This record gives sequence, C-alpha cells and structure tokens, in this order.
Amino acid sequence: MTALEPVYAIELKNITKRFGSVVANDNISLGLKRGEILSLLGENGSGKTTLMNMLAGIYLPDEGQILADGAPISIRSPKDAFDHRIGMIHQHYKLVDVFTAAQNIVLGLKDEGKLDIKKTNARVREICQKYGFDIDPEKKVYDMSVSEKQTVEIVKVLYRGADILILDEPTAVLTPQETEKLFAILRNMRDDNKAIVIITHKLNEVMALSDEVAVLRKGQYIGTVRTSRTNPQALTDMMVGRAVTLNIDRPRYDDLQERLVVKDLTCYDHEHVKKLDHVTFTAMGGEILGVAGIAGSGQRQLLEAIAGLCPIHEGSVVYTSIEGEQHELVGMSPTQIHKVGVSLGFVPEDRLGMGLVGSMGMTGNMMIRSWKEGKGPFVDRKTPQALAKKIWEDLEVVTPSTEFPVRRMSGGNVQKVLVGREIASNPSVLMSAYPVRGLDINTSYTIYNLMTQQKMKGVAVIFVGEDLDVLLELCDRILVLCGGKLSGIVDARTTTKEEIGLLMTRVGGKEDAT
Amino acid sequence: MNEAVKTPLLRMAKRTSISPAAAWAIRLGSIVLALLLGSIAVAITGNNPIQAYGTMIKGSLGSKVYLRQTIKIAIPLLGCALAIAPCFKMRFWNIGAEGQITAGALAATFVARNLTGKVPSVLLLTLMCLAAIVGGGVWGLIPGFFKAKWNTNETLFTLMMNYIIIGVVAWLQIGPWEGRQGRMAQFDPAACLPKVGGVHCGWIIVLLLVVFIHVYMRYTKHGYEISVIGDSMNTARYAGMNVGKIMMRTMFLSGAICGIVGFVVCSGANNTLASDIANGVGFTSITVAWLSQLNAFAMIVISMLLAILTKGADTLQTQLMIPASISDIIIGLLLFCMLGCEFFINFKLIWRSKRGGKEAA
Repeated sequence: MTALEPVYAIELKNITKRFGSVVANDNISLGLKRGEILSLLGENGSGKTTLMNMLAGIYLPDEGQILADGAPISIRSPKDAFDHRIGMIHQHYKLVDVFTAAQNIVLGLKDEGKLDIKKTNARVREICQKYGFDIDPEKKVYDMSVSEKQTVEIVKVLYRGADILILDEPTAVLTPQETEKLFAILRNMRDDNKAIVIITHKLNEVMALSDEVAVLRKGQYIGTVRTSRTNPQALTDMMVGRAVTLNIDRPRYDDLQERLVVKDLTCYDHEHVKKLDHVTFTAMGGEILGVAGIAGSGQRQLLEAIAGLCPIHEGSVVYTSIEGEQHELVGMSPTQIHKVGVSLGFVPEDRLGMGLVGSMGMTGNMMIRSWKEGKGPFVDRKTPQALAKKIWEDLEVVTPSTEFPVRRMSGGNVQKVLVGREIASNPSVLMSAYPVRGLDINTSYTIYNLMTQQKMKGVAVIFVGEDLDVLLELCDRILVLCGGKLSGIVDARTTTKEEIGLLMTRVGGKEDAT
Repeated sequence: MNEAVKTPLLRMAKRTSISPAAAWAIRLGSIVLALLLGSIAVAITGNNPIQAYGTMIKGSLGSKVYLRQTIKIAIPLLGCALAIAPCFKMRFWNIGAEGQITAGALAATFVARNLTGKVPSVLLLTLMCLAAIVGGGVWGLIPGFFKAKWNTNETLFTLMMNYIIIGVVAWLQIGPWEGRQGRMAQFDPAACLPKVGGVHCGWIIVLLLVVFIHVYMRYTKHGYEISVIGDSMNTARYAGMNVGKIMMRTMFLSGAICGIVGFVVCSGANNTLASDIANGVGFTSITVAWLSQLNAFAMIVISMLLAILTKGADTLQTQLMIPASISDIIIGLLLFCMLGCEFFINFKLIWRSKRGGKEAA
C-alpha cells in the first residue's frame, strides 16, 4: 500500500447480495473514513440497509470483499462486527423493556467474571458525558421515550468500543428538536475521530450533517459526492435517476363544507390504556387535514375509531353529507356505516394486516369492498376483476396479473392497490395513515396528487404523516396529537416545523412546561 | 483469498423461481425418500422391504375385495378432511373432528333406536343423517361459540370435547343402550346404508361432499369470508365481516360434515355404535388435509394413499408377521418428507467453494 492511497476505516469492494431474483446490492464499492460522517442516501428498497447489514454481520455478501484498514476481513456474525469495532443502530430497537439502560448496555457481554453494575453505571455515565448524551443508566427501558431508547442503543455500541457507527434511519421517529440534539452528538463523535454512516432518505438531513454522500439506486452504486459541492436537487436526481420536481401543488378549494365533527373522542386499547383523550376537531370537505405526532400518540386509534373499528369510550362523531343529512357514527360497525350511505375511504397503516389480504391477488382484494353485493350465496368476481384491471392500468401497478398475490408485490405497488381501491369507492371522507411510508419518491408524489385530486372533488381528506416537510407542503391544516390529547390545530400555510415539533412533545406547545 | 476470510460451509438462499415440473419432481422425490426410509424400518424387523411393499400393494389393491376394503377405510378419512378444511383455511385449529364424528353417530343412533320400524327405511336414513348433522354441528359450534365470545383457545377446547362425547358413548354402551356383553345391538337392516358397487353408499356421499366443499370454498361469499379471516382477522373486520358469527357458522358446518361421516360409519360400515367409532380418523384426516394443501380433489388421492398404507399394513401383519405399526412409521415419514420438501421448493442450498458459491438443489 502506498502512502498516497487513502486508508479507509472500512472499505467495501465489489459487494453483491441477492435475494432470489432480486439483486439488493450490485457490485458496490464504498469507503468509510475516520473523522467523517457519510450519508448513505437512496430511496426505500435501494439496498442501503442490506449493504450496511453486511457490515453488521446480519447478512453475508454473495460476492466481494470487506477490508478493515486495508486488510480483508470476514464478518459472519454481529460478534465478528464488534470485534472489528463496527456497531450498527438498527431502525427497530432491540432492547429488553424491563431492564435498565445499563443492564441493556452490558447484555450479552462475556468478558468480565461478575457483573459489577456500579462500575457499568459509571462507565455509561462517562461515555454520556464525553459525547453529550442525556441518559440515566438506572432508568428502565419501559419508562423511556423513543429518543431515549435510541440513545441507549448508541451508548450500547460505544460501550463495546465501536469506532465505526452505522445508524439506520435514526431520525424517522424523532421530533425536530430531538433530531438537532442527535446531530450535535454525532458531530462530537466525528470530532473524536470515529467513522459514522447514517442511512437516510431525507435530503435536508444529508445537507445539514454529512461530509460525504454516497447514493444508491435500485441496488446500484451511483456515486459519492462531497456535501459541500452538491445541493438537494442534484442529489434527488442521482437518487431517482432523472430530474424530478419536488414541489407539491396545493390549490385551494373554495366551497369548504363541514363533513366530520369529532367531539371529545376518548378510546382505550386492549390493555385499558387511554389512547385518545377528549379529542375534538372538524374535518372539512375540500381540505386535507394533516395529523402529526410522535409515533403512537393515538393516530391509529383516531382513524380506526372513526371507521368503526375501535371501540369508543366517550364522545361523538357526526357526519354531514353533501345534502346536509347528519349521522352519528359512534356505535356503528363498518357495515352499518356503509349502510346509512356514509362512504368512508380508509387506507390503514398496516396495509397487509388490515387493508388487504396478502395471499390474494388484486381481484380478491377489490372484493374486500364488494364481496357482500348481489343476492344469493355466490360471490361476484367479474365486477371486482374489471376494477382491478382498471387500477392496474390507471395507477401503473407492476404485477404479472390481477391474480398475483399482493404480498409478493413491492411496497409501492401494494399501496397503489390499496389507495386505488379506496378512491374507487367514491369516498366523501378519505382517511389515510402513513400512506407513503416505504414508497419511492415517484409513487409518493403519485399518492400526494391523488389526495389533492380527492380534495378538489370536495372530499374531506385526513392524512396521518410522519414527514413534517411533506405535511407542511401538502395539507391545509395540521392537527397535532401528543400522548392521545389534541395538542393544537395549525394552519399549514403559516406554521413552522419548530412550532409543530413543540406541539408534538408538549400539549399546547409551551416550552416552559417542565 | 486471505485466510481470515471464511465463508460458511453451507448456507441457504431464497430461490429465484422454480418450474412446476421441478417442484413436482421434488415432491415426488420426497415420497420416494419416505418409502426408502420406511424400508429401513422394515429391514430392521428382518424382512425384505421390496417384498413388504409388494405385499402392501397386493393386499390393498390386488383384488376387488381388497380394493373395497381399502375404499371403506378411505371414506371417513376423505369426509373428515373435507370437514376440517374450512376451519383450517380460517386458521381455526379444529382438532375435535373425532368428537364431532362421535356426536353425529350418537345422534344418528338415537334416531335409529327410536324410529326403526315406525317409518320407511329411506325416511329413517334421511332422519338419521339430519340428526347426525345437527349432533356433529352442535358439538363443533360449542367451541366456536366460546372462541367467538371469549377468545378461548380452540385447540384445547375442541380436543377436550372429544373426550366428553366419547365418554358419553362409552357409558351408553355399557349402560342404558347395552345390548350384549358391553356392546350395543346391531342396527336393523332398515337403518343401514345400502351398498353400491360392493361398498356402502357412503362413498357417493363423500364424493358429493368433495364437489360441495370445492364450490363452497372457491365460489361463495362464505368461502371468501373464510379466506379473508384466515389471512388477517383485522382485514376481515375492516371489510365489515362479523368475525365471530362466521367462526361459529364455519365450525357448525365443519362439525356437521363430521357428523355425516359419523352417520356413514355407524350406519354404513359398522352397523352399530361404539365409543371407538371415530378410531383416530379425526386426527389422521388432519394429515390428509395438510398434505392436500386443503385442495378438495387432492384429498381424494391422499386419503386413498393413506388407506392403501393402512390396509397394506394389515396384510403385512397377517402374511409376513410384520407389526402393523410399521405403516404408522411410514405415514409419519411421508408426512415429514412431504411437508419438509416445501423448504427445498422455496430455498436452495449453496455449498462453499473456492469461487464464491456453487449452487446445488
């Protein structure tokens, strides 16, 4: 090795990984440098996580080589990864709820003879102080917020001596304020000469944090650029493969009509935990009402309660039709709601677990809305099949046939089937929970356009989202939930991300509440 | 390649795709493998496996008489597999077919004991069949009801229901309904199913049930509801289905068909009722249903295959003095290999090689 060649902390050489016919990573070469933050950018399904999982010892590459400080290594298990000082923080945390932070951190470590929890606590505190983490080693995981759990995961890998850190979509569940805090810590670690990778698809984060950006598209390595020499538009073009416009059209609908009046809605879940606490709002026909909040703040229950799928403890939901006819929906089953002529379109968060039947094809899934129609014991397959064909063509669903199981389609196509069906039922209220989660940019914009089209037809659209930038561009008003309570309703055209961030963490958004 | 770089000796990867021909070749291979493994068991008993298999085939299909006996074994297996298919499609694990058969037979016997001689034979048989439908149906409905209302565990519940009804029949057999020496009296010929082609006409009934279940599962609203619930209960609720009601209805249907099987066995085959009337059919039929992947027509083939093994094993015992439990071993091996081979249809194994991975089936 010559002195001129930069020695990477970790270098991937010609890595290929296949899953059946899918090539998740195709001949990818990439290097991580110490003292730098690398953003691994790409759409969902572009192979970012797969590539990093090969560094973490989750997968084994089919072809190619991994080098650590120039020497080839083999990572066959997460333990091997730790031996090479590589630590990955996965998107789904792997913590034991009833253990404390420190107990989770030492879990699985074998080296010391007897567990000295006091010493561990001290070490954990030391690491926290060094990088600016804010965590109590003796706090139990079940008492922690999402961002605290993430901190535990990061400290866990640092405790094991990792100096190459990989974070998979670390900001997906954080509020804007928490994100800022995390970024500050990551910068501290960079200054401590660690090599850091963050996997992301959010451009503003890439620009704010990283030194270099590596872009993947459909399993292919597109290139690496210095962050200082690029811009969001150029990165998007690299990610998608052609020029895309990133603006969402937001026309105003003139004839707003009260469609759904929700008053004091209160719900409990199966474990009798209060999930919605006296939520009151009005959804107007002809507007998109965004719903923001930290994951698990009651978004799911809110939509399911309106759809008649979640028992309502208290409150009322009054629907007003275009003709002015009113119906109280509380206490009605989905069938009854349909029978009184209220057309609710609902795109649930759990697409294959609630909205669709994974083992059936498009036709079988169209029947979810129409199976009861017609007299006699036999089910009509012709009409739903025609509808399936229409959606297949209109929304450009990629599938070999209308009978191909939707479970085996890609996420974006699954969502097109679901949204297409719900819109085809001519809803007067269209509720959707995280409708673009896991979708590529193009499909996401298709979905945004469909929502806006529905709005312009006078439909009351309720859009639960997680990307605040999108909510700010797409919606007319944004309702913010915090711990099941209504924290505030703001005008999406005038509010800021920071204001929504505050509302997400504190009811009413007052800074001095602590 | 550096010595530090090690790949595992053997690893698996998901298959890209597999041609139907190759998939069937693997399935056929698994049957051959099971028979080969079974021949080891036969060899251990000190016999020639080829001779043993030959005897089994001859003893089950070799003559008209043997064939009729084999069909007689297949009838309840097929009927019962058809009965549990809708439950299993719904992912409701009804392992109480044994009890539902007994309950159906008990109800049919009750009618036979009380109405024989009072009504013509055709009407008597019809009433017996209807009683069996209600008896078996109710016995299936009870666990269905509890599951729908209080989400009880259906596996344990249906299993326990077996012992209750079998106990009831055992008591009747030595108590109020005793005929001679702990047995019930034989039915009057008027209460026995007539023979068609040398076998009691139960075979026509189960073949009609094959068509019924096929149409029911594929083309009716009920069949659609069952498929949706089996995939996801939440999706079923989302689609506006009353999950509890559908569960109870399906369990009634399943129990009712088991009841018909009970009627066919007691009226057609045994001409009497005894506590061991189900004789394990309720459990063996689970094997039939799974191996057929819940396809009604495939069940005809699989139930015949198992009947051949059972009947063949009887012949083995009488002719070669090989224990009949050998057939249980072979059936077990068959199940193991046929279910296990699905893994090789979905995955391929990759052996370590110097140049990054050679593929093997």
